[in-house]
Amino acid sequence: MTEVHIIGSGETKFGEMWDRSLRELAVEAGLKAVEDAGIYSRDIGILYGSSSLAGTLNLQNDIGSLLADFSGIASNGIPAVRIESSSSSGAAAVREAYLAIRSGEYDVAMVGGVEKMTDIYGSEILDIVGTTLDREWETFFGGTPAAMAAISARKYMHDFKVGKEAMSMISVNDHANASKNPNAHYRNKITLEAAMKSTPVADPLNLMDCSPISDGAAALILASEKFARSVGKDGVRIKSSAIAQDYLALHSRDSIYTLNSTILAGKTAFEKAGLKHSDVSFVELHDSYSIYGLMELEDLGFCKKGKASELVMDDIGLTSSLPVNPSGGLKAKGNPMGATGVGQFVEGYLQIRGKAGERQVKNASTGLLHSMSGTGSTSVVHILGGA
Amino acid sequence: MGELSSVWRESSHRYRLVAHGCGNCKAVYFPPRDICPKCHRDSIGKMKEMELSGRGKIESFTVVHDVPPAFIRQRPYVLALIRLDEGPTLTAQVVDCDPSEVALGKRVRSVFRRVREDGKSGIIQYGYKFVLE
Ligand SMILES: [Zn+2]
Repeated sequence: MTEVHIIGSGETKFGEMWDRSLRELAVEAGLKAVEDAGIYSRDIGILYGSSSLAGTLNLQNDIGSLLADFSGIASNGIPAVRIESSSSSGAAAVREAYLAIRSGEYDVAMVGGVEKMTDIYGSEILDIVGTTLDREWETFFGGTPAAMAAISARKYMHDFKVGKEAMSMISVNDHANASKNPNAHYRNKITLEAAMKSTPVADPLNLMDCSPISDGAAALILASEKFARSVGKDGVRIKSSAIAQDYLALHSRDSIYTLNSTILAGKTAFEKAGLKHSDVSFVELHDSYSIYGLMELEDLGFCKKGKASELVMDDIGLTSSLPVNPSGGLKAKGNPMGATGVGQFVEGYLQIRGKAGERQVKNASTGLLHSMSGTGSTSVVHILGGA
Repeated sequence: MGELSSVWRESSHRYRLVAHGCGNCKAVYFPPRDICPKCHRDSIGKMKEMELSGRGKIESFTVVHDVPPAFIRQRPYVLALIRLDEGPTLTAQVVDCDPSEVALGKRVRSVFRRVREDGKSGIIQYGYKFVLE
């Protein structure tokens, strides 16, 4: 089986972009990636579009075709399908592209993730993001993504005697890193005090614990080793790819602060890569809500269960032994859902080639990317580099 | 969006807390399931309806301030995970109390209430909520 390399990436700015449409965002990211890879559109063998909510948010489905059409390659007739797995759609789409190349069926695959979220006003967006939960048995009764995360957070804080500052610290770190990322939704730094005192959303979570509603798109070009060599590109290798599943609804799980899908995907990704935790130079975590940042560090095996607060309160900054979310994470880089997981790869690709500018992690050779659906129904883990 | 048939379809489970019990391993599932995740194919055709007592305790909870449109008149509300005495855990509101009275481990019982109100269609949907015992 061939190795799979990322040979190009592109993304739009993440944020509230009132003047940009779904297709404009998607095409901008896609063209940037093609340009960055230095390939021609005729080189692309297959295209995977990802969007979590476009069907409900923008009343537009068939994101694969939309992307192919407005990137000007519809007449090439290449396959272009949409991958949807809620908030991990982007990472799941990259995984499909990885498998398509790894199998030998295609030499070059394009992935384009997009979400245009600010066309919906007021609290109606909660009805739409609520579709990532179990509609009949969570959302029906008043469940929202923030509320479900808050329910996990309260029990976590109680059982492990962890204060709120550990969660807030995840957001403080995200904002500090995003201040160095020109594509981030929020570029302001926040203090721990401000993070702890912000507007309540779902107690104990407040506004500073919750990722924003963002517009944005991100795209990648993946290639086989043979193709990458033929165009003189080293790129960044996708060392391993893993995905795992858990119950859809939080109430069906044995533990409400243990992400079984993350444990399984993480374990598989490390095994397939033949790497140890100490080999990892940085991680990008799916911290849609700050509590998940803590749970994920534990369930990925970077510390013991209930002990992430020690790691986080010590140091997770760019110069620490385990830099978390150098991109700014979901809280501050932003969370345009179908683009979020693809955006993590854009960051990984920049970091490992030493092109991440002000937020560059020193000697970044190996990155772990973690993406997740809803409250943890699906987790996708990739390890990049590993040289 | 056309909710009428879905409201009607789930109503016995939402109105009377009807669970499914696995005839193979005796595990009880609410929300009801047609397949037991422990017994898989050995449970096919052996899942039996059973009514729950509606009594249990609070596993965890939150006070929701940022609420979807169908819940605006209830803001803020307490949403909890409730572990029922028969075993399963469900997600429901805890009502008729001040949020400060709600705590982990407290005993609750189910009541039949208006759950949500769709502003556009005017449809009112009913189901279970819980009160402190
Ligand atoms: Zn069974």
